[in-house]
Amino acid sequence: MARPKLAVWKFSSCDGCQLTILDCEDELLEIAGALDIAQFLEATSEVKDGPYDISLVEGSITTAHDMERIKAIRAQSKVLISIGACATAGGIQALRNFADVEDFTRAVYAHPEYISTLAQSTAIADHVQVDFELRGCPVSKHQLLELITATLAGRKPHVPRASQCMECKRAGAVCVMVSQGTACLGPVTQAGCGNLCPSHRRGCYGCFGPKETPNAVALSARLAAQGATPPQLRALYRSFNAGAADFATESRRHD
Amino acid sequence: MSASPAPALLIDDPAVLVEALQRQGWRVIGPQARDGAITYDPLTPGATLPKGLTDTQEGGHYRLGAGDPGRWFDYVVGPQSWKKHLFPSRQKLWEASRTDDGFAVTPVQDDYPKTAFFGVRACEIAAMEVQDRVFDNGDFADPGYGRRRAATLIVAVNCTRAAATCFCASMQTGPRAKAGFDIALTELATGTGLLVEVGSDRGAEIVDGLDLPRANAAHRAEAEAASAAAAAMQTRAMPPGMAGVLAANLDHPQWQVVADACLSCGNCTMACPTCFCSDVEDVNDLSGDHTERWRTWDSCFTVDFTYVHGGAVRRSTASRYRQWMTHKLSSWEAQFGTSGCVGCGRCIAWCPVGIDITAEAAAIAASPVPKE
Ligand code: SF4
Ligand code: SF4
Ligand code: SF4
Repeated sequence: MARPKLAVWKFSSCDGCQLTILDCEDELLEIAGALDIAQFLEATSEVKDGPYDISLVEGSITTAHDMERIKAIRAQSKVLISIGACATAGGIQALRNFADVEDFTRAVYAHPEYISTLAQSTAIADHVQVDFELRGCPVSKHQLLELITATLAGRKPHVPRASQCMECKRAGAVCVMVSQGTACLGPVTQAGCGNLCPSHRRGCYGCFGPKETPNAVALSARLAAQGATPPQLRALYRSFNAGAADFATESRRHD
Repeated sequence: MSASPAPALLIDDPAVLVEALQRQGWRVIGPQARDGAITYDPLTPGATLPKGLTDTQEGGHYRLGAGDPGRWFDYVVGPQSWKKHLFPSRQKLWEASRTDDGFAVTPVQDDYPKTAFFGVRACEIAAMEVQDRVFDNGDFADPGYGRRRAATLIVAVNCTRAAATCFCASMQTGPRAKAGFDIALTELATGTGLLVEVGSDRGAEIVDGLDLPRANAAHRAEAEAASAAAAAMQTRAMPPGMAGVLAANLDHPQWQVVADACLSCGNCTMACPTCFCSDVEDVNDLSGDHTERWRTWDSCFTVDFTYVHGGAVRRSTASRYRQWMTHKLSSWEAQFGTSGCVGCGRCIAWCPVGIDITAEAAAIAASPVPKE
């Protein structure tokens, strides 16, 4: 049987999720053995033509050209998986969605007239049909391997949509919200990072985006009772997953 | 554990007992002050027990702070329970590899040396007895749980102080352990040591080797009074008869009121010493030639928990909260013959938004809705 052809694509992003693929050091040779890596510019300049069995897409859609490109990629891909907060929610660059993008281009570029960009940074799924969204800023190596393995085996990947709190408790991490009053997005955030912040006594920043059935209104009410101001609450929801619908709606409530 | 007529004794320093257990080859797991809370972790030889600490607990609030410097056990239950040792949060059940004509399964067994739990509170003993009925009940037996439980020695500590979240007195599970321990300690007036009671033959053997002085009737009376004081200071209580009240109020409007505040985060179930639900997950490698089955703690607050063909049964948070609370306080009795709640208060303190099971129960008990 021919090895399935894998393509890795980049849109507006920092490349961190692609680096997570390269960070699968121990498994990388195995991945290369199981898959025909047909397109992965971060790793190799060798490019093979489509169609592709699996496309991993990093980055958000921020230009008119991106909108055309993603449609062409979709047309060549049997399975299309978006990876990371940019591809699944618009990324940190979706902060523009809450402001006037021209204010940003004027402030950042010497010649803003050369910049041709869309007013909004949006997720891949806003433009084409996506078969699976892998969350995270960046994605977790463990979940990425599970996703690739499951896709090859033809089964559903085990990527739970439950809260970060469940991971804290399974790991025996002492809750920072309860034990030190630290604002934490964990109760409304999907698990997956491997407990990075709470195990270092920091609140969760929501890198993996909203969990299933998030109740951000109730969390904000509690944080406000503990002293958080509306600008602090707004900033809390408005970071890597600012464009995710549940976080966007909640941050707007504190405008 | 057979009852033992051994007389009560006195010990000045509980660390002496920890060292004796370690000398006799027991792995001792006990309280440690870590990350601003009391956790239950293995005590390395020479590790000191926390002293002079106390806690303040409320709905969604826990702080560990300085207390009377002469006291050993003025804190009560913390974020973790002993469940994490008897029923690990993540556990490999077996592995399998592809063979020429199918596959071969290799069972795996975790390493659980003979272990002493040091500092088990009365509600925690009750919680273990609740889980004993879950994991070995005639219809079903979990061999791993049974093996770990049998290899575990219990050194209880009777509470002489309660937190604002405690309600063991109303659940009749504490604050004084009546059985279920090998050795029980009660801290007496500061500086006068601890009463040592023996609950089993193996407990007696350990204590015998220490050559401790005998306690007198006054010491015993003081210990009983200290526990009675811990019961009297409890500000929360579970209303009586909740099993029937909840079963008759499945459509009560309070379920939606609590759902509006609930994050469906699952903290309450993970912190609860009796919650036992788990998920199993198969993890195969890239080649597809090797697979492992893992069991992890799960929660009735997730959507996947009731996923059956085509979708989840309990989609609303109201239905999930109701499932949790009615199971704890009502259907558990029909299923296992006890309440599923021992009144430890963890689900109150460790709920990020401070939802209080006693208050929710009281709200429903106060205004029952007649069933159609
Ligand atoms: S630290 Fe944050 S993520 Fe962890 S249990 Fe507490 S609220 Fe949840
Ligand atoms: S339901 Fe709450 S109070 Fe009752 S045993 Fe569980 S954590 Fe403790
Ligand atoms: S009751 Fe509290 S701890 Fe339990 S799921 Fe709801 S918000 Fe989380």
